[in-house]
Amino acid sequence: MRLHAFFCALAALFALSASPAQAADPVRLGAVLSVTGPASFLGEPEKNTIQMEVDKINAAGGVLGRPLEVVILDDETGVNKAVLATDRLLKKERVSAILGPTTSGNSLAVMGKAAAAKVPLISCSAAEKITKPVNPYSFKVAPSDRLAVARILAHAKKQGYKKLAILTVSDGFGQAGREVLKELVPADGFELVADEVFGPKDTDMTAQLTKIAGASPDAIICWGTNPGPAVVAKNRVQLGIKTPLYMSHGVASKKFIELAGEAAEGILLPAGKITVAEKLPDADPEKAQLVAYAKAYEEKYHAPVSTFGGHGYDSLHLAVKAIEAAGSDKPQAIRDALEKTKNFPGIGGIFTYSPTDHAGLGPDAFIMLRIEKGDWVIVGD
Amino acid sequence: MLAGAPQYLVSGLTQGAAYGLIGLGFTMIFNTTGIINFAQGEFVMLGGMLSVAFLGLGLPLPVAVLAACLATAVVGALMERLTIRPLAGAPAINAVIITIGVSILLRGGAMLAFGKDTVALPAFSGVKPILALGAAIQPQSLWVLAVTLALLAALKLYFSATIQGKAMLACACQKKAASLVGISVARMALLSFGISGLIGAAAGAILAPITMTAYDVGMMLGLKGFAACILGGLGSPFGAAAGGLVLGVLEAFGAGYVSSGYKDAFAFIVLLLLLFVKPSGLFGKAGVDRV
Repeated sequence: MRLHAFFCALAALFALSASPAQAADPVRLGAVLSVTGPASFLGEPEKNTIQMEVDKINAAGGVLGRPLEVVILDDETGVNKAVLATDRLLKKERVSAILGPTTSGNSLAVMGKAAAAKVPLISCSAAEKITKPVNPYSFKVAPSDRLAVARILAHAKKQGYKKLAILTVSDGFGQAGREVLKELVPADGFELVADEVFGPKDTDMTAQLTKIAGASPDAIICWGTNPGPAVVAKNRVQLGIKTPLYMSHGVASKKFIELAGEAAEGILLPAGKITVAEKLPDADPEKAQLVAYAKAYEEKYHAPVSTFGGHGYDSLHLAVKAIEAAGSDKPQAIRDALEKTKNFPGIGGIFTYSPTDHAGLGPDAFIMLRIEKGDWVIVGD
Repeated sequence: MLAGAPQYLVSGLTQGAAYGLIGLGFTMIFNTTGIINFAQGEFVMLGGMLSVAFLGLGLPLPVAVLAACLATAVVGALMERLTIRPLAGAPAINAVIITIGVSILLRGGAMLAFGKDTVALPAFSGVKPILALGAAIQPQSLWVLAVTLALLAALKLYFSATIQGKAMLACACQKKAASLVGISVARMALLSFGISGLIGAAAGAILAPITMTAYDVGMMLGLKGFAACILGGLGSPFGAAAGGLVLGVLEAFGAGYVSSGYKDAFAFIVLLLLLFVKPSGLFGKAGVDRV
């Protein structure tokens, strides 16, 4: 991939030096994605989606009447590689904007570089620190954990729950979620009666669940990515715990239902609309776009569509829309236009950026789902 | 705060029985060939992953599990034939290093064949828990214990009542003497790898509904099984099973009362302490072989 990009760049250089009177120069964007490594389940659909969408845009005449080109580099889910890739995109490839990185850690590591070069960066990760405090050149498309927690707590409040227990995984995703939960649960007027943690590779959470059951909460909130939460679901059924269980958006995929089997029955979780594109009411303004994307992706890659691919879609289309709005592919012009984005319908939700908000999404980015008979059911709040 | 004790005991015994089975696989091969097979954990992984794969092909669950165990037995036999036997006469340590290579190969192969996702096998007889003595027991836990006991009994019979089993024991006792009385040591080695693959795969398949499985679970399970057989005394099948149970229970109580963060550490603390105290336990001589 990297070599390929390198040769493309070489070819482009030769072409430029050989014939100054080329057809329209391409609009060049860069992407740093975790295509391989531990976060490949995020980075791979992002890369696939971006490639698919670039082809679609070019087939429809490109951007500003020029072909669109995205140089995708793989950071292998490593911070060092992400920094090197960003350097290359900024200094050698001279891209107008950067899409990604995939993970929060990598995004935080390269933000400064993009800002120093005055090139806008549209991160595909969720960490609040990327856009809080606002860095003029950093934007993000993945919804903050805060929005997902708020969605869960709104639902819990409606049910009249008072006492909540949390069970989080001890990795980056779980720790970030735990911080937000510990802040928002008491702030929203609930009592936090248990706070347990499990390891990402643990295969038995009966110990933690036994402790939680001893604190008799009204509901349990589990925060993690597969496979841990599936074990939690199974152990809960095994221990005969009837307390309602909320999961995070980290397991909002069919994979979780497959892993948890019968134990998934009745579990509630917030998810992006793409998870249930087909099931949305026809009145939903985003439905047509979501279904079209899901269908195109599944046809091309023979893999189920995911929220993560949606992040790739959103970062690319936000950049393209900003270029068209600015009528230029100068980085500064793209940045200024991005900040003026209003009600842009993406896969992850409706984006509205402003000088004080570079995260762009509201609580409507998530809908509440219940798992019934191995499938999703949309529940009102 | 002894509220969770019965529960921890049940999960500990379940995990422990599986560790014991894995330890049994180590013991089989060590007894016949004098080497530690570090691909044992990969046999366990194959048992789980192949069961899921065969189930996906539409085979009924019992057939899928049996097929996975047999296929892994073949993998074990092939491994002996292709990688261990050509080393005949070389020091045991060389063969041990080869087994590490084979384990990496099997892990990579599984990743390419089955992908990187975690997969689950359905429980053999439902997930409705049985409540007893203040603990909720999964039916699958009973399966794990039953299969472990059945395999132990079958091995006991095999070693004490069949000519093949006795020949294997003879190989373990004294290779030269065994071959002098007409026992084919090479065939015994092949057989021990095959049986070891079968036992490992059985452990993997019965564990998969409880813990789920993925291409990279073999390493940790293999190390736990290894710790189990060191704990019980290398070379004794029943020691391995007992060692596994002790380890599993230690782990479960440690996770429950200390912290689940250190769960995996308990097994290795035990292993390290033992190796400090009895380094000669490994290859039977006070060597300085390092792997």
